[in-house]
Amino acid sequence: MLTRLSTYFYQRPKLVLWLFLAPPMLYMVVVYLGSLFALLINSFYYIDDFTGLIVREFTLQTYAQIFTPANREIFTRTATMAFFVTIASAIISFPLAYYIAKYASRRLKTWLLIGVTIPLWSSYLVRVYSWKLILAQEGILSYFINLFGLSGLLEWLLSFESFGGSSLALSPLGMFIVFVYIWLPYMIIPIQTALERVPNSLVEASSDLGARPLQTFRTVILPMSFPGVIAGSIFTFSLTLGDFIIPLAIGNSKFFIGQAVYSYQGTAGNIPLAAAMTMGPVAIMIIYLLVARKLGAFDAL
Amino acid sequence: MTNSSSTPAIRFNQVSRYFGEVKAVDQVDLEVHDGEFFAMLGPSGSGKTTCLRMIAGFDRPTNGEIYLYGQDVSNLPPYERSVNTVFQDYALFPHMNVGDNIAYGLMIKKVPKAEREKRVDEMLDLVQLKGFASRKPSQLSGGQRQRVALARALINHPKVLLLDEPLGALDLKLRQQMQVELKAIQKRVGITFIFVTHDQEEAITMSDRIAVFNHGKIEQVGSPAEIYERPASTFVAGFVGTSNLVSGEVAKRITGSEQTFSIRPEKIHLGQMEQTITTSMLFVNGIIRDVVYLGLYTRYLVEVDGGIDLVVVEQNLKTTSMDVLAARGQKVKLYWQKDHISYVGA
Repeated sequence: MLTRLSTYFYQRPKLVLWLFLAPPMLYMVVVYLGSLFALLINSFYYIDDFTGLIVREFTLQTYAQIFTPANREIFTRTATMAFFVTIASAIISFPLAYYIAKYASRRLKTWLLIGVTIPLWSSYLVRVYSWKLILAQEGILSYFINLFGLSGLLEWLLSFESFGGSSLALSPLGMFIVFVYIWLPYMIIPIQTALERVPNSLVEASSDLGARPLQTFRTVILPMSFPGVIAGSIFTFSLTLGDFIIPLAIGNSKFFIGQAVYSYQGTAGNIPLAAAMTMGPVAIMIIYLLVARKLGAFDAL
Repeated sequence: MTNSSSTPAIRFNQVSRYFGEVKAVDQVDLEVHDGEFFAMLGPSGSGKTTCLRMIAGFDRPTNGEIYLYGQDVSNLPPYERSVNTVFQDYALFPHMNVGDNIAYGLMIKKVPKAEREKRVDEMLDLVQLKGFASRKPSQLSGGQRQRVALARALINHPKVLLLDEPLGALDLKLRQQMQVELKAIQKRVGITFIFVTHDQEEAITMSDRIAVFNHGKIEQVGSPAEIYERPASTFVAGFVGTSNLVSGEVAKRITGSEQTFSIRPEKIHLGQMEQTITTSMLFVNGIIRDVVYLGLYTRYLVEVDGGIDLVVVEQNLKTTSMDVLAARGQKVKLYWQKDHISYVGA
């Protein structure tokens, strides 16, 4: 009986494929894309100001609300933060990823990769709130800054209106530090994977042909690992765009997209506007990827 | 810096490279002449590739010095040596097209674009790849990639060109064709070529001189004919071509001396027992134990008096497969010219 069944499947490889693919596909389409679609639909409804009820009629007026000055500012603030977090993550990650991919011994590589991912094992909330303590006015970071006599520098940085504040924990600068820390593994791993696929002989060939290390980096290593940087930046950028915990815990009272969505769908009960604001990051990511493709980021894939 | 033909292109002075306890290269002295096609031949792990990498600058000697036309380059980085390499896996940049790959060295040196393009065209011409400049390496066959790698190295007019198992990845026919072509290109450009190979036939076909490596040391340096006909050690005799090594009692019975000698299978004649032997010949009697018919020739395994086996190869000029296979078990006299043997060290 079992033999006959396996023979039956052996003769129908397509059927086997579909049987295996059906459950994850079903999940993807119904739960994952379905919820996104529901979001999209909701973003075209609007809320009746008088009754506070959702009116299920197609309208673009909810989207129009995104472009009020207050909301525009939220978008700009969040996108700017995501941009700088992404740049900083890439710059910090690259040397580490390069070391893991090219120099570390097999043993050390395992330990370093564990080290990079260990923060992901503990609760994200705990880590964010412990950073609140680290960055606090009397926190451990300011202790070390004072120890090295750099408090003047810190005060100078915090005096900027755009990213400063009364302490690191209450400033966009502190938020930036925490964002970079939290998303760093998502940048290191894709870059390391991409670098792993650059054969050492290419680096040797470049230097053999007269290129100094920096030239080799610019003409061979960076272009070949750039898809990894882009992959990592998709994580850091989109995760920063959507996060609402870190802006809540760290920084000043100015809203980020995530917080706005959170409050609109919660206390305000304005599901359509929350949905429309969620579509913002989606649109930003689509534009981001199109630009990246245009710039040739995926040519070496 | 002199560049006369009396200065060796490459000179190794007591060069060693240790990897921990492993002596990959062990006190090697070597001279490669200007304009020579030089082969480093040896089994894997014999130190030949490490030597090549030290010339290129990817590796540095633990001890000793390497001179490039008289200049000590032992501690110079690769980008400061006018030496270029054709890599075993070709190492073409996958994100650049063929033209940009070839122009890479010139681009780094900031050669103006017009001249770059002109020289790339010359190179494409040299390696017979005209019209391929805009292709990506992934669109090329193995042989074509090999040519691009060669052009990319030669465009820089290196003083010495290094080739690491250059033909290893190609199939037999293409390999033989590229052997001839590489040799022709070397003649045309007149640059010293040093190539690493484990294929003794390739080394013999292409090179002016061969260094045979074993266990991090050079066993013998010489022309292909010298290496083949006068192997200096049992290792060389065994590694380059097939060889019969005769020693001890059997050697004494044949030559009158116990000293080990080697005799190539194709130099031995198979004769009837009553065959007359001249004074310029050596001989030994034996019984044919095995016969392998190989079309062009037949290989015999003959057990000779004293108990050792000798391999004999004869061309099938008059014989057919039926004849040769019937020879199994026959008593034969093996004889060869005295000067075809080569006494070897341990």
